[in-house]
Amino acid sequence: MKPRTLTIVGVGESEQGYVPGRSALQLQSDAIAAALADAGLDRSEIDGLFCTGLPRYSALLAAEYHGISPSFIDSTDGGGASFELFVQHAAAAIASGLCSVALIVYGSTQRSLRSRQIGGAIAPQTPQAQFEAPYAPLLPISAYALAAQRHIFEFDTRPDQLAEIVVSTRRWAALSPNAFLRDPITVDEVLAAEIISSPIHRPEICLVTDGAGAIILTTLERARSLRQSPVVVLGHGEATSHLTISQMPDLTRTAAIESGRRAFAMAGVCPADIDVAEIYDSFTITVLLNLEDLGFCAKGEGGAFVEGGRTAPGGPLPVNTQGGGLAYTHPGMLGIFLLIEATRQLRGGLGARQVEDAEVALAHGTGGVLSIHSTVILARA
Amino acid sequence: MQCARIVFYPRARCPHCSADALSWATVSGRGTIYSFTVVHRRASTETGQLVPYVVALVDLAEGGRLMTNIVGCPIEEVAIGLPVRVTFKPVSDAVSLPLFVPTTSRAEATAHAVPGSP
Repeated sequence: MKPRTLTIVGVGESEQGYVPGRSALQLQSDAIAAALADAGLDRSEIDGLFCTGLPRYSALLAAEYHGISPSFIDSTDGGGASFELFVQHAAAAIASGLCSVALIVYGSTQRSLRSRQIGGAIAPQTPQAQFEAPYAPLLPISAYALAAQRHIFEFDTRPDQLAEIVVSTRRWAALSPNAFLRDPITVDEVLAAEIISSPIHRPEICLVTDGAGAIILTTLERARSLRQSPVVVLGHGEATSHLTISQMPDLTRTAAIESGRRAFAMAGVCPADIDVAEIYDSFTITVLLNLEDLGFCAKGEGGAFVEGGRTAPGGPLPVNTQGGGLAYTHPGMLGIFLLIEATRQLRGGLGARQVEDAEVALAHGTGGVLSIHSTVILARA
Repeated sequence: MQCARIVFYPRARCPHCSADALSWATVSGRGTIYSFTVVHRRASTETGQLVPYVVALVDLAEGGRLMTNIVGCPIEEVAIGLPVRVTFKPVSDAVSLPLFVPTTSRAEATAHAVPGSP
């Protein structure tokens, strides 16, 4: 498919936060209904289904539960990056005629199930189980902590600079009606909070919430006859460097360098053209590394880049405008919500958190322990 | 052609040259701390490990990087770049875990550090 023809025509979310008594599939169902209504499409028109995060057979189970008969399914597990990666896979599937209307959906009830353990869940027959688990890292927290510590060492990045990312994100969340944490926080408060795995303080760690999100994509031609003003995919790219943190070649250089390069090249734009950036914030260091590796600033300058509220409301680069994983929602995987917010920003009309004249947006997913990266660049048609 | 590179963790084939005849190499047990984190929350009630403890990535002198715990020194002594040597902690009759101990103090390591040296 030529760039600029794949189009996001519908987005939807379930209730987010603490939603007891609902299953992941029930929440998915709400998100899909919202996305279909948003687009003005019927579920019978969906023929491509992209889903991950259910215990097994994610796309197949979603197809059964939601009454969808796809000619193309994809349950690729790229962790939190899966959804930007699904955009790329949907582009390929639609371009080659394997499907024409693609639904990407995710849902989880991690908060109400209390299923998230601080040490992490490591499958017994993996290298991580044999070569990392005996040393009791908190996964993924300690993996990101190792990267943050190395960044501090190599570039003199300061904890207060990392804390600025929490402060700026909370300022966006204060403008975002459905955000989970809407109270402001200061740098001093972040630094005074409990250290979980040094140098990471508790507020630098994403939320654990319940929630679901859904996105519908099709061709621009088809989009012209649908309900919403089309948001086109200008470019996309994915790249991986490892799965296990001890196998990451360089803790301060991620595969976002590659995924970003591919996406920007395809889109024919550069970081300076991005009006709003939705960047995976599992931890503050995730944002810092992604900002550098996507080219918003030079390697090692991420700390200075985020100082002084530069990514906060009113700053030159609005980042995570709905409050991100740190303050809006993070039901195990955030990637789909980054695409939803980027789409909404480009459509406009978001009230207090609307980025004025947003024409080009970036959504960047990070999965595993900085392992897999996928970048999507979107624009108003 | 076999590449003779160190592969860690061990695997069935060399990920660099595809050789399937990997052999065990005896290394010096010396290395350098590449990064570390002090864990203040216990990973699970089963590990029984007392917090705080140090999880680190150590670069071996011969090549290869592994996750480990740094032991045998006060936690505030642990630093990136610190030279370490291996010590084995028996876990069962069949298994010992390689842990690492600093070979110099942080102050000494800093005093001897030459700018630009690894």
